[in-house]
Amino acid sequence: MPKEIIRIEKLKRYFKVGDETVKALRGVSFTVYEGEFVTIMGTSGSGKSTLLNTLGCLDTPTSGEYFLDGINVSGMGKNERAKIRNRKIGFIFQNYNLLPKTTALENVELPLLYNSAISAKERTAMAEKCLKEVGLGDRLFHRSNQMSGGQQQRVAIARALVNNPAIILADEATGNLDTRTSFSILTLFQKLYREGKTLIFVTHNPEIAMYSSRNILLKDGRIVNDEYNADIKSAQEVYDNLPVDND
Amino acid sequence: MNIKNLLKVALKALNNNKMRCFLTMLGVIIGVGAVIAMLAIGQGSKNSIKAQISEMGSNMIMIFPGAENRGGVRQSSDDMQTLKPSDYEAIVNQATTVKNITPTVSSSGQWIYGNNNYPSQLQGVNSEFLEIRQRKVSSGEMFTEDDVKRAAKVAVIGKTLVDNLFPDGTDPVGKVVRFGSIPMTIIGVLDEKGYNTMGQDQDNIALAPYTTVMKRVLATDYLQGIQASAIDEEETQRTIAEITDILRTQHKLRDSDVDNFTIRSMQELAEMISSTSSMMTVLLAAVAGISLLVGGIGIMNIMIVSVTERTREIGLRMSIGARGNDIMMQFLIEAVIISVTGGILGILLGAFTTWMIRVIAHWPVVIEASSVVLSFVVCTAIGIIFGFYPAAKASNLDPIEAIRYE
Repeated sequence: MPKEIIRIEKLKRYFKVGDETVKALRGVSFTVYEGEFVTIMGTSGSGKSTLLNTLGCLDTPTSGEYFLDGINVSGMGKNERAKIRNRKIGFIFQNYNLLPKTTALENVELPLLYNSAISAKERTAMAEKCLKEVGLGDRLFHRSNQMSGGQQQRVAIARALVNNPAIILADEATGNLDTRTSFSILTLFQKLYREGKTLIFVTHNPEIAMYSSRNILLKDGRIVNDEYNADIKSAQEVYDNLPVDND
Repeated sequence: MNIKNLLKVALKALNNNKMRCFLTMLGVIIGVGAVIAMLAIGQGSKNSIKAQISEMGSNMIMIFPGAENRGGVRQSSDDMQTLKPSDYEAIVNQATTVKNITPTVSSSGQWIYGNNNYPSQLQGVNSEFLEIRQRKVSSGEMFTEDDVKRAAKVAVIGKTLVDNLFPDGTDPVGKVVRFGSIPMTIIGVLDEKGYNTMGQDQDNIALAPYTTVMKRVLATDYLQGIQASAIDEEETQRTIAEITDILRTQHKLRDSDVDNFTIRSMQELAEMISSTSSMMTVLLAAVAGISLLVGGIGIMNIMIVSVTERTREIGLRMSIGARGNDIMMQFLIEAVIISVTGGILGILLGAFTTWMIRVIAHWPVVIEASSVVLSFVVCTAIGIIFGFYPAAKASNLDPIEAIRYE
């Protein structure tokens, strides 16, 4: 039996907007095991952003339990959640969110700055290793504004990897990229998946599901479909077959 | 995040906005510079007044006839004639805390020598006058107690008189000059002292035995004043009390009577003058302090802008594990760096301005260590106080909203 990374039980999240109560999550339960590549899909309003925020310990559920890497995080306070985010979670955002005018290396080091147990030397070594892993070993000292979108997203992925998290959460990670770059990033995700990392990819693009190992479909705050993908397509192949842009 | 990393992050953020950072700092620089310069001017003038006064003898006590003059009421001549040589003698005999004492009488008149004449005064004193006023005879000698007893027609004069009566450089000692119609033998010349704080020429002076002035010049039995010096500068008040008792007994005043004489100490005078200059200093520094306050508001303003601009960065930092406290410290340190750097540059600007004032305007300016420390502390405090609100605002942001902020 593989290790449980995420277990959520009857997760509910209600928001009060004026006099109305918006029910973003109406009782969601699932378990993610180590080494899975899960896509969470749904249209806007399906509750996937709320679910992502909750999974990322940015938000606390109204009711229900959330165990991350064996720890119950549903009742944690602000500072405890900050620490959990720092140690257990790697975030990847649609718009990269790199610090401006800052080198790739410094961007990747950032999560480690908030972990006082790691020395400056270790920090640089770890960040360098992760940048090499995402294929940016030759761009350590490029600033964020000197890099293309694909490169910036690779830096962001390296940043999500650097703290060796239990789970990597990607929010529309290919949403801002062209098809070719999207597939190169997806290829990178598949590489991480093969290396045994646990990934959750939140998207509204149904195509992505073909490249992941499991697909959860969310609608109106409930899971309507949760199935394993027996036939994972290779993003590398698609990438290789894409016509090279020569304009 | 530890302090070293916080500093690094803050410096980097400031470096990304050099111009803005410098302009914000300029507010503090000008504020601190102004405070330092104003305090230097104030302190300098206070110091020079004090120095001048202590040169005149800070333990000096002056006794005038007549009650304290209030509200410009003209005093009758009876009131002005209350001090007699016997009062002086009583003080000499009875007072224990008086170091030197001299009666004073003075008369204005024309000094004449050969073709030259000069309008001046003749002060009748005894030889202790030199001790009280801290003057010296530079050539010749001072008159003696014997001269006082005999009411000898001898005088000791200052540089200004020498220059005007003996323009050709003749040695005045031994010459006979006339004060009005009275021939006086010059027996000594006083050392040169120049002008005092009040702009009086301290060399325009002529001294003769007080008996000579009373009998031969003014023909009076009364003294115009008594000057004394206390044994100890700290004990001046006690000396004043002692003299008051002696004079009240001498004048046979009842307990219900007010003093028919007035005693002033140089210390009181010094305090009066320096309190005026202290007030000016406080006023100037307050005005300069307002500009420092405006500088602080500038910091707050720019930090608020910075927090808003960097909402996404704050959201990111929080989502990768920064606690509210980390964010708070980051922005607070930025504000403090601006204010402290501004403070240091301001101190340099203040020092430079002070130096310019000294070189160009020749004002006696003094930068005290305390005013430097004070402005530095105030600066740091301003950074913390005005940086606090924006930093707290940043640390209270919701990471979910902050990270999606456009």
